[in-house]
Amino acid sequence: MQTGGDIPEVPGRPDERDRRRVGVDEWVASHDERLADRAGFGKLGRWIDARVPPWARLLIFAAFAATLPLWMSRGDLFVYGIFTLIYILLGLGLNVVVGYAGLLDLGYVALFGFGAYFYALLDSPKYGLHWPSAVSIPIVVASTALLGLILGVPSRRLLGDYLAIVTLFFGQAFVVFVNAANPRNLTGGPNGLADIDPNDLFGYELVTRKQQYWFILGVVLLVLIGLYFLSESRTGRAWRALREDPLAAEAMSMPVNRLKLLAFAFGAAIAGLTGCLFAAVLTAVTSGNFALPILITIYAVVILGGIGSLTGVVIGAIVINVSFQFLAPENSQTNARILFYGAVILLLALGVKPLWRLALVLAGAVVFGLVAHAIASGISESWTNGVVVEGGRLAHVISEWVIIPTGHQRFANAAYLALIVLVLAVTRIRGWLQTALLIPTVYLTAVVWETSFVEEPAVARWILFGALLVFLMTVRPQGLLGTPRVEIV
Amino acid sequence: MSETEAPARPLLELKQVTKTFGGLTVADHLDLEVNEGEIVSLIGPNGAGKTTAFNLITGLYRPDSGEIRFEGRDLVGLPPHKITQLGIARTFQTLRLFLNMTVKENVMAAAYGHTRSTVFESIFRLPRARREEREIAALAEEKLAFFGQRLAGYRHQQQAYNLSYANRRRLEIARAMGTNPKLLLLDEPAAGMNPNETLELTELIGRLRTEGGYTVLVIEHDMHVVEGISDRVVALDHGVKIAEGSYDEVATNELVIEAYLGLEGAASA
Repeated sequence: MQTGGDIPEVPGRPDERDRRRVGVDEWVASHDERLADRAGFGKLGRWIDARVPPWARLLIFAAFAATLPLWMSRGDLFVYGIFTLIYILLGLGLNVVVGYAGLLDLGYVALFGFGAYFYALLDSPKYGLHWPSAVSIPIVVASTALLGLILGVPSRRLLGDYLAIVTLFFGQAFVVFVNAANPRNLTGGPNGLADIDPNDLFGYELVTRKQQYWFILGVVLLVLIGLYFLSESRTGRAWRALREDPLAAEAMSMPVNRLKLLAFAFGAAIAGLTGCLFAAVLTAVTSGNFALPILITIYAVVILGGIGSLTGVVIGAIVINVSFQFLAPENSQTNARILFYGAVILLLALGVKPLWRLALVLAGAVVFGLVAHAIASGISESWTNGVVVEGGRLAHVISEWVIIPTGHQRFANAAYLALIVLVLAVTRIRGWLQTALLIPTVYLTAVVWETSFVEEPAVARWILFGALLVFLMTVRPQGLLGTPRVEIV
Repeated sequence: MSETEAPARPLLELKQVTKTFGGLTVADHLDLEVNEGEIVSLIGPNGAGKTTAFNLITGLYRPDSGEIRFEGRDLVGLPPHKITQLGIARTFQTLRLFLNMTVKENVMAAAYGHTRSTVFESIFRLPRARREEREIAALAEEKLAFFGQRLAGYRHQQQAYNLSYANRRRLEIARAMGTNPKLLLLDEPAAGMNPNETLELTELIGRLRTEGGYTVLVIEHDMHVVEGISDRVVALDHGVKIAEGSYDEVATNELVIEAYLGLEGAASA
């Protein structure tokens, strides 16, 4: 353990990360991490990484997830429970290709679709085949893996953007194929395939939502355990190594091309498996289930959670699916409203730094609103007698605070434009004027929300969702639980 | 390793190896031999074709003509990972570590070539996968221990990007050792190191042979290092071998001085 007498002792690990240690490698290298820590999420992620061992995380997740059916209604269990699990599985599969091996695969959703359609063909009245899951699922998984292997062939020569375009083409071709260009109506065209059998556990059919949920949860847990072991094995390390530097990986005895294909096949196998579960739960598949928006959502799951992190994928899937379903058009607008005002306050709390300034802005906005409301109603009744969309305790407060006119069609548009101008101004201006400008900005945000968006939750949820992602990615580019990636120091 | 008797044939043998890029000849009928247990230095001015020679040996370039043999086996046409598995490992002059992996993982990843567990065995943690994991971890610790305090203790769990420049150079060597090679190719291991660290490295390369049992071929610009470690020195210029012999022979060779200093410098020297 020693080399000679004249080697100086290495200094111990810096105990306080924030103590200035200019010139010390660790202190300099962790500069970005410290910046991220100030935003709040970073500390949480690191704390989880350092303090909660993987098996404990799994146990917490399993314990919580297993109790879900006991207190959730049947419909809620479907959209919140089962869909989240499906997203977790899809995220885990994509994470192998994108997170571990670093291959940008935009055709992933087609593999999911292939699995679902193939299962549907094997287990539906379409051809009168009703194979037991113990037979059909392995067949589907193996064929999807093979298809993934074929999809991965271009990755031997193409990287990054080029690979992304080729695989994206594959994904789009799949949608076109199932919709139109298929022989003998194999996939049922735009109508898709219906009356798909539920999964069965060695002959015992899983027909109730609770059974299906627990079955899929079991699959998720097994996949999580398997992937954890795999990521800590020679193959997992080789994947990460080739993500970091393919040339060095090749020079360090790793067969890079074979490993890339393996990653593609492995991700595809998980996608195929998910397809089987998805088709069985939904009992029908159409091409719309496997189009671009789903791909984007899966990517959002992986990116939000933190690329390369299993815990991150699980948390990303929960956050995205729950907030998405929460804002579904058939839900009451109260949900969207709570989420919206919550997001605004969170944004202000993170962005407006000294606490007194934050208090000033919030209090200012309340007063500003009350004054504006009083003036508006003083001018004419028609300026404030608009109907607040849907109930909830919040609605009553809002009707006394936000200007919602009837008639005055152009008001909403004018407010929208004014808001954009104000937001731009706030980002450019510093100091006292910024604080002052924030007050009408916050108020105008509420006005625009109440007059334009709250009535159209389908639009509003995409906007909310996009804003959430943009904000999070700006504050924490590596995702909630991802480790910051360093290219060159 | 047999230091006592000279082996019948050299461990590594390049015969008349030629490589051109367009009109530029980067290796011109190059002959090179490295015997088992030797430390050979490759010197020459920038652009002389030293790194090219490494790239040819490790399979990153394919020679236009000529033969490259390792333990008598022809290497031409083999993919780089196969060549590494046969027992040749290199470091990179430009440092190509797996930056976002820990120090220990960097070395463990290099063990891929001499481990055999399949994906299936890894997922289910079958006995062979478990045994190999233990062996790889022990191997990584052993290789890192070669560098004493420099890469010890908490540094095992640090991301590679946290390391200083000199430590990254050391980790490059440790990672190459992780492939269990017989022959180590070190590409300017002392570049960017301070005099103390250079001294330490000179000593380390000696220990690579005595304690590690490696044969070493090293590209180096620092003449103190070259003088300190070399059994034999080979000088290249424009892809041609211009001199070979002991350090003193090569250092006083006129062609070598000319290559480094130009004709006028050689005249006044």
